[in-house]
Amino acid sequence: MLGFIIQRFLQAVLVMAAMSVIVFGGIYAIGNPVDIVIPPEATQEIREQTIQRLGLDRPLYEQYLIFMGNLLQGDLGRSFVYNIPVLELIGGRLPATLELVLISVISATVLGVSLGIYAGYRPDSWVSKTIMAVSVLGFSVPSFWVGLILILFFAVNLGWLPAGGRGNTVEIWGVAWSFPTLDGLSHIVLPAINLALFKLAMMIRLARAGTREIMLTDTVKFARAAGLSEGTILRRHLLKLISIPIITVFGLELGSTLAFAVVTETIFSWPGVGKLIIDSIAVLDRPVMVAYLILVAFLFVTINFVIDLVFALIDPRVRHGAAT
Amino acid sequence: MSDPVLSVRDLSTHFFTRAGVLKAVNGVSFDLARGEIMGLVGESGSGKTVTGFSLLGLVDAPGRIVEGSITLNGVELTTLSEAELRARRGREISMIFQDPIATLNPMLTIGQQIKLAIDAHERVSPRAAQARATELLTQVGIPSAAARLRAYPHEFSGGMRQRVAIAIALLHRPSVLVADEPTTALDVSIQAQILAQMRDLARETGTAMVWISHDLAVVSSLASKLAVMYAGRIVEAGPTARLLRDPHHPYTAGLIASLPAMAKPGAPLNQIAGSTPSLLSLPQGCPFAPRCTHASRQCTTDPDMTQQGDRQWRCFHPLGQTAKEPA
Ligand SMILES: Nc1ncnc2c1ncn2[C@@H]1O[C@H](COP(=O)(O)OP(=O)(O)O)[C@@H](O)[C@H]1O
Ligand code: SF4
Ligand SMILES: [Mg+2]
Repeated sequence: MLGFIIQRFLQAVLVMAAMSVIVFGGIYAIGNPVDIVIPPEATQEIREQTIQRLGLDRPLYEQYLIFMGNLLQGDLGRSFVYNIPVLELIGGRLPATLELVLISVISATVLGVSLGIYAGYRPDSWVSKTIMAVSVLGFSVPSFWVGLILILFFAVNLGWLPAGGRGNTVEIWGVAWSFPTLDGLSHIVLPAINLALFKLAMMIRLARAGTREIMLTDTVKFARAAGLSEGTILRRHLLKLISIPIITVFGLELGSTLAFAVVTETIFSWPGVGKLIIDSIAVLDRPVMVAYLILVAFLFVTINFVIDLVFALIDPRVRHGAAT
Repeated sequence: MSDPVLSVRDLSTHFFTRAGVLKAVNGVSFDLARGEIMGLVGESGSGKTVTGFSLLGLVDAPGRIVEGSITLNGVELTTLSEAELRARRGREISMIFQDPIATLNPMLTIGQQIKLAIDAHERVSPRAAQARATELLTQVGIPSAAARLRAYPHEFSGGMRQRVAIAIALLHRPSVLVADEPTTALDVSIQAQILAQMRDLARETGTAMVWISHDLAVVSSLASKLAVMYAGRIVEAGPTARLLRDPHHPYTAGLIASLPAMAKPGAPLNQIAGSTPSLLSLPQGCPFAPRCTHASRQCTTDPDMTQQGDRQWRCFHPLGQTAKEPA
């Protein structure tokens, strides 16, 4: 088990190192930030001073080494635009994205897996057919359109829920959160639904496919032959046997939604990380983009690492490194 | 003979598929006395497994029991509710399968799986459950059983996994065990060990067994009587030794002739020519007729079961008998 953890950890470090090179080189290739940072009417002298201060006159590999040196000390640079440390900038926006994404991904998983198991367990009932029809919708309707419809319907027409913003927040550990207040929660509902629909559809499909497959196996037949009730079979056998792909998708969805909730955050004016990044790209705020992509890579590497650990915890075959 | 623990009459189980009605089991009858082992043999696809599942009320959709009666310990099973059936499964009748790798849940320990099977029918303390599990594993021949309760299926060999499955199936000392080719996937030597143990267990616990196999050699060493199945029906039944020495149905004779022990050294095995008819569209008359060297015009009608003493056969021209005209 320890060997397994060390091996996965080294893999993660390697991936991160490779990612940092790719991100740094890639961002460098897409444009020169000097024109954005320096006003057009600046003198040649100021121009050169600024370039020197930002280190933009050094060769690329030197810039990279300096960047990595700072990175290892927890310094991701300062935003060209806001002129504050990038980590502070992103950290200030992260809680908003975090609470929105966690709420939507977790509810989508709990609800989707339950509905999916039902649909897989009773594939021919009309309830299951309705569930599957809804999941097809969840897959095929574009997210921005759903967002607009949600606003139009629940915020504008019915006036039940607010159309945007975070609402009242509460400070916990020096960070503002919306979910503990009723007003904040009411602001989360619509964007969370918007983010959740696709994931809900995916979880339904995944759980249904797993359930249909597992219910036909000898494991379930043997459990039935031993007199286990259907409830026990679903809870003790099925849930474990379908969990591996569900955990994988849960982790990856969590990561990709944290990183790329841009559309929903824009539509619902949710002041999260996605909106920050879109703005940074528009003005070529290079340190923010680099830091963000590095953090996203770090997020995915961490999530994959955690998924592997969870597999090892729940599946003895992984834990023991067995083939079958 | 005392009252049978299991009595099956005219059992028919059909699958209502898109391609039509598939008559997997078509009028099967037999009795099983306490502790008796009956071998159910026949080629693959003849309906043995579906017969086994029918006995437990576990036929998958689109199949269902369309006719017949199954009496277990004096209770008619075919009219019971699902809850009443469940209460009997594992306690009065249980089943083991061919592939021990697929039957056990790879993600639960052996001890957890035994506990689930105990809890299905009884309330016992964890300590009592553990004692019971240990005793049972020892009984089916698993060494250092107490320590192995915490092990997962993949830590066992195929033979050991099948022993665990057998232990789970016998947990509540059922009256009947349906064993669906449980040794087919195992090595010959392990197969022999398990067969010997099962015979002892049946004697000790009084559990009667329906031992399903496509291999006549395997069941004949174990079963005191045999039922030969062909295309969803039993075509011949009787005490093992006499049925093997003196088969009446041409299909039984063919099965015996194709046993490896019957072939001359170096000569090819005597397989029965042709293959099982489609159960979707059974031919008129005797279903074995297209493959039968004894077929006559009469065989275009369906032969009834002839009963003589403890022997039964379904054939117009039984071997080793003077042909009997149907009544
Ligand atoms: N779930 C099912 N759906 C449709 N047909 C089935 C199903 N299960 C079994 N059958 C059919 O029933 C027949 C008998 O199968 P089975 O009892 O498994 O044969 P055996 O065990 O003797 O090899 C086969 O033709 C098989 O295709
Ligand atoms: S009834 Fe006729 S066809 Fe059928 S097994 Fe007997 S002899 Fe052969
Ligand atoms: Mg079979």
